[in-house]
Amino acid sequence: MEIVKPQWKKPPPSANDVVSTLPLYRSAPPLEVRLEDFELYAIDRLRVLKGVSDGLSRGKRPEEMEKLVNDLWKANMRHPLPSEVTNKDIISHFVLRLVYCRTEELRKWFLSNEIALFRYRFRLLSPEAQRLLMAEFDLPYKPVTTAEFEGVKEKLHLVARSTGQLKPTASDAIFYKVPFEEVPELVAGRRVFICKGYAYVAMNQVVSLVVTQFRGLLSKALVLTNRKWTSTIREEEKDRLTPIVETLCTSYLGPDYSQPKEFAEVSIKDIDQVAKSSFPLCMRHLFEKLREDHHLKHGGRMQLGLFLKGVGLKLDDALAFWKAEFSQKVGAERFDKEYAYSIRHNYGREGKRTDYTPYSCQKIISSTPGVGDHHGCPYRHFSEENLRAALSRMGVNSGALENVMDKVRNRHYQLACTLTFESIHGLSYDAGINHPNQYFSDSQKFFKSKNNPSGQGEPLDARSPI
Amino acid sequence: MDRDESENGREDMLIDGQKQGNVSVPREFNVNYLKLYYAKLFPYADMFKWMSYGNDGKHPACDQSYFGRREFSFTLENDIYLRYQSFNNVLQLENSIKEKCPFKIDIGPVYSVDPAKKNAYAQSGDNVFTPVERELIFDIDITDYDDVRYCCSGADVCLECWPLMTVAIKVIDTALRDDFGFNHILWVYSGRRGVHCWVCDGKARRLTNEQRAAVADYFRVYKGNENSSKKVSLTGPALHPFLVRSYSEVLERFFETKLLPSQNIFSTEDRYEKILEMIPDKTATSELRGKWQTKKGSKEDINVVRWEQLKNTLQSGKYKAQGLRRCVEEIVFSFTYPRLDMEVSRHMNHLLKAPFCVHPKTGHVCVPIDPNHCDEFDPTAVPTLLQLFEELNIGGTRAEDDNEWDRTSLGQPISFFRSSFLQPLLKSCKEEMESSYKAKLQQSKSPLSW
Repeated sequence: MEIVKPQWKKPPPSANDVVSTLPLYRSAPPLEVRLEDFELYAIDRLRVLKGVSDGLSRGKRPEEMEKLVNDLWKANMRHPLPSEVTNKDIISHFVLRLVYCRTEELRKWFLSNEIALFRYRFRLLSPEAQRLLMAEFDLPYKPVTTAEFEGVKEKLHLVARSTGQLKPTASDAIFYKVPFEEVPELVAGRRVFICKGYAYVAMNQVVSLVVTQFRGLLSKALVLTNRKWTSTIREEEKDRLTPIVETLCTSYLGPDYSQPKEFAEVSIKDIDQVAKSSFPLCMRHLFEKLREDHHLKHGGRMQLGLFLKGVGLKLDDALAFWKAEFSQKVGAERFDKEYAYSIRHNYGREGKRTDYTPYSCQKIISSTPGVGDHHGCPYRHFSEENLRAALSRMGVNSGALENVMDKVRNRHYQLACTLTFESIHGLSYDAGINHPNQYFSDSQKFFKSKNNPSGQGEPLDARSPI
Repeated sequence: MDRDESENGREDMLIDGQKQGNVSVPREFNVNYLKLYYAKLFPYADMFKWMSYGNDGKHPACDQSYFGRREFSFTLENDIYLRYQSFNNVLQLENSIKEKCPFKIDIGPVYSVDPAKKNAYAQSGDNVFTPVERELIFDIDITDYDDVRYCCSGADVCLECWPLMTVAIKVIDTALRDDFGFNHILWVYSGRRGVHCWVCDGKARRLTNEQRAAVADYFRVYKGNENSSKKVSLTGPALHPFLVRSYSEVLERFFETKLLPSQNIFSTEDRYEKILEMIPDKTATSELRGKWQTKKGSKEDINVVRWEQLKNTLQSGKYKAQGLRRCVEEIVFSFTYPRLDMEVSRHMNHLLKAPFCVHPKTGHVCVPIDPNHCDEFDPTAVPTLLQLFEELNIGGTRAEDDNEWDRTSLGQPISFFRSSFLQPLLKSCKEEMESSYKAKLQQSKSPLSW
């Protein structure tokens, strides 16, 4: 892809117009792009990806995601020239590839949202276009023969029924037999019949096959792009593209809360008080359980420990804090021997010495607490009864409580948390909770400005995208 | 999650729920016995053969660096933790173990480069130090069943609750073989309160983290945590064939014939209330509660009687329409379905204790379990260090022969390990190597390839 200043050249007509509604982005197009478009297209696509990411973290159902993707795409990726629509798609993808290739964290974010985008765009295609795209991947799988189908028919029906689908009739009973590792998401959800290492993938599930292929392509490409970026592009483009690339990603991922900023310190003596006033429910629960049981299992120690680090608890204080609790249960000596390491580790003082970042809502919501665990997102992992009790202990009034439960039922866990925040602080909060440390710092800001009515306090962190 | 943390998590999860101050060393275990064990009994050559997967041969396709890129990690007597140990041959492995006398040996993944030199590679910028192969592993721990066993809790295990592990082996082993098509599967007693599973097929060792997670999720039915009462949720109008098979071939019979009477799960109000909580229909639960609150003298086991009543009620025409039938299955699954430690299986670089280690708290050797005869496995009868020590002494100081263990009760476990796991595994490694080598030769002969 050539990046040029204003002169605009018409791109050559695309060779395969039929499939081009959903490109595979195999190689950068031989197009010339104006510098303004370089940035504008990328921002438009980022809006789409951010919307996809929000949709996923709210636990939207596939049908809802389909609609969301369709709406986002229509709203952001239009172009006055019909011939430019596909180019805009391709160009914006390649620009963001450059933007998001540079760290593991960025690659992960980009990969998962581009894949979700691809998945739902694929689902929106006509069957004809889907088949063409499959052909483009050149998948080596043949449909299961009628004889073989007869042999496993019963099992296939059972799987179809277990996933709430209609019984596959003979006419649409096209199944592909593929190694199970090619369709991990179907395996994980027990949505396919698996026998001797092979998964029987129904025609309406091929999206998973295609997505696996696409993921493979993109993930390899990102690593290559990164290599190119560090070896040549960054230096060559340091006056032109590099500054654009480097600012494009930060506006969207938001702060990672690894370094406490606003309230640089929280000391042990204040911790109970701030826990009561400003911890989100997930952390309050862990905190109270720790005080009560003098113990937390690994998942809980990680979730709470990193949060406290983000809140501003210094390493020495953190050690003292955890020790005070754990030693009541296991004794001080065992604490020093067995638990202190992982606390220092969280602060980057042991092992590979990475300064770990506190968990985001998305990570907490997708965790899987088991027996004896107290971590996770209460809005998702508590039973309704326990959640109601916990919320009323927090001081959520009964009117707001019903609204929160309503969000929970629709699996909008972060919205439920946002409503809780609003109810407790008595204000409207448009930013939406995405991170427990965001909840904490905005809560603290609120109390500061309340105690300091001269209005000198900072405004709430209503972070708007870009 | 980062590996360092989670192994650490595993580390201290092992001590979760265990009483403090338990410093007294059991009679079955002490350092001197352990030294003797490492000197005379530990099967170094077999471990090396296994972990080499055929790469220790003379075949041109052998990767001589393979074994040397495997991470071992030792936990020494004073909880000193040595990670990223690596060895180029069996002698190095043997000498290091004899010298350091680790209380615990963990096995990690095969990395892209020698893990002992990982820091040197870290300097080079590009992240070349990364796991490339790892057995697919499972860890099942009886402490995760504390809410369904009344005989023991925490680290304790007895013959009443051990069958829960047997059931787990049966369910998982069958699915690994029949569904996923794996053949080289090793089950090992963890030495105290659980079992480990190593799936060693080439295809299993090369699974990505995402694919491992998918297999683990395929097995995941149990979703309970401390803050929700419903532990198992089976939705949809039918069950997946894997669940149907597990239920009809293993779980149902085990629940009704073994667990029900041995754990007395309906015998008191506390206990049956926990089961009634899993039924979402108030009329049905109060109907059952009414029957159970008045005690009637009966010759039959009260648990069996109440279970039959529950089944009849939920499966009667009155409630059938509301889908309460599924509740019966949910209850059986809640009590008996395997509870895997998901994190262990999900990532390539999770460490797992090596077979034939000795558990320092019990002195039990981590011996293989035959999945085809797992009903006969008795965790309390597993050889201990003390026992092996005595058996060696009885034999006296005979001339050194290389099969010391044949004189001890370790002989049977080791010969089982060889005949039913190691030999078939090495045979298929050899075949796999041969065929991939041939394919490569073919390719390089093809005129188009240049």
